[in-house]
Amino acid sequence: MIAIEEVSKRYADGTVAVDRLSLQIPNHSITVLVGPSGCGKTTTLRMINRMVEPSSGTIRVNGEDILRRPVNALRRSMGYVIQNAGLFQHRTILDNIATVPRLLGWSKQRARARAAELMERVGLDPGMARRYPYQLSGGQQQRVGVARALASDPPILLMDEPFSAVDPVVRRGLQEELLRIQSELGKAIVFVTHDMDEAITIGDRIAVMRTGGKLAQFAAPDEILSSPADPFVEEFLGADRGIRGLSFLSTRELELDRSQVFPVDSDWKRIAGRDEASSSVLVTDAGGKPLGWADLATWSGDVEALEPYGQSFEVGRDSLRVALDRAVLAPNGQAVAVDGAGQVLGVAGQETIAAAIRLARQRRAADAPQDASKLKAAP
Amino acid sequence: MNGFFDIPSDLQHSYLGLIALHMQEALIPVLVGLLLALPIGLLCVHYDWLYPPVLWSSTVLYAIPSIAFFVVLIDYTGLTQLTVMIPLCLYSLVVLVPAVVDGIRSVPEETNAAAAAMGIGPVNRYVQVQLPIAVPAIMAGLRVATASSISLVSVGSLIGNQGALGNLLTTAMLYHRPQLAVTSVVTTAVLAIVVDAVLVLVRRVLTPWEPPSGRRSRRLAATISGAARTPESVS
Repeated sequence: MIAIEEVSKRYADGTVAVDRLSLQIPNHSITVLVGPSGCGKTTTLRMINRMVEPSSGTIRVNGEDILRRPVNALRRSMGYVIQNAGLFQHRTILDNIATVPRLLGWSKQRARARAAELMERVGLDPGMARRYPYQLSGGQQQRVGVARALASDPPILLMDEPFSAVDPVVRRGLQEELLRIQSELGKAIVFVTHDMDEAITIGDRIAVMRTGGKLAQFAAPDEILSSPADPFVEEFLGADRGIRGLSFLSTRELELDRSQVFPVDSDWKRIAGRDEASSSVLVTDAGGKPLGWADLATWSGDVEALEPYGQSFEVGRDSLRVALDRAVLAPNGQAVAVDGAGQVLGVAGQETIAAAIRLARQRRAADAPQDASKLKAAP
Repeated sequence: MNGFFDIPSDLQHSYLGLIALHMQEALIPVLVGLLLALPIGLLCVHYDWLYPPVLWSSTVLYAIPSIAFFVVLIDYTGLTQLTVMIPLCLYSLVVLVPAVVDGIRSVPEETNAAAAAMGIGPVNRYVQVQLPIAVPAIMAGLRVATASSISLVSVGSLIGNQGALGNLLTTAMLYHRPQLAVTSVVTTAVLAIVVDAVLVLVRRVLTPWEPPSGRRSRRLAATISGAARTPESVS
């Protein structure tokens, strides 16, 4: 647990980078510091490992004031990942990762064995061990950066805009990988970014900072989205915060319609004759996987002639945001819901999803009365 | 061929002996210059304000003709090799200090930050991270300094027998044997080329981590050699 208490950083020229900031950063979770440039988020991060010394206030790690520990020992107990990875270009990938274990006095053999293990953990091909950083792509270099930070198994990981310099597709991969690693290792991660989407994707808690080094709001992502503390946070969240908030609502209780789903080997004449059947039905293969939509009035039974159903969503795993996205994109406004094995559970129209959103909101409001009052107060 | 390689006995050296002497007088000053430039360069990077006066001083030293140096030094070190090597060493600083400074400055900010954040102390950071990454720039400077030093040794002939291959030029005039002048010039040039090739090789071995295309040092070598001027014509 990192306790930042009333910490300020003032520079000699009078600039205030961080202004009386207090934050409790719990273990086994990802805390994201987010804000526009110049809001002091990187300064805050660098004060935790004493790359920057606070002008006032204290920072404690598990109760101990960090100023009481020798600076290099303190830093070695915290992994640090930086934008553009900051790899040692003159060392092989393996030796880059083995840096901190070597500094801690491990034998070369043990440090390299550990480095090899970490390469696997962050999803790097072991064949890269003897390569040099210039031979790797930006995304791969960043994986090496993460592996290097984890090498001595530090309880704390500090990440300073680590994924900002890679393209969006690679960034998404790295974010997923980080969440996977975190689910296995359970570190106390402090993650700095200027990208609110990234903060929402990976953060367990988000500290939104504003210019001048002040804390604007410190809360879980869904709370920040549903009830931003002030107009600054709301503006920083952007225009589609309502839609983004759906990422935190589960599809588990969505009412799925099974009456329009039929396997391809059904008795189609009987179905066409039913009164209650809508003219459009979802056809699945014998195993229950979706094939496409059929218009009963015109469909000949030819699988090739089915209307494509677009993409499906997985009930339980995907959020209402995904479900709504699928429904919006589907030609007939119906999203196809599948289970983990890809078998159709039913379909959900835009109205059904809208109803589920209202229900989830009401339930949330009932669960957390304090939040509800904030909801009303928010503009 | 004897006209070229028959060295008059007053030079007190065989042809190969002259080459050995020449190399010694050229390379020891550069080596000492490098040993001086490494800490000076580091200090200049660490304390920004120090670099302009250091650069200014080394340039002024470079502008002092070697014969002026000799006049001052002969009182202390006599008509010895040392008298030749001290100015050469000081001359090499005008190239080597900027090379070291540029090399250390070429270390990306993230790399320095990452090293500091990993708890690598300042001394280890210099030795283990900054210096290795500065090698291409330093080697580029070393190549210029070495080539320049090899050509400058010849001025040693001004204080008697200390010019190594340069003495052949004086002897050529003295004995009206122009072949010896040819030997002197060609051998000096070949030495410079061979040593340069060796340095290129050493650099390749030291920097397996550099991308094969777009080697930074080429640009650096161009800037450094552009900055270095010949202090005087060698007589």
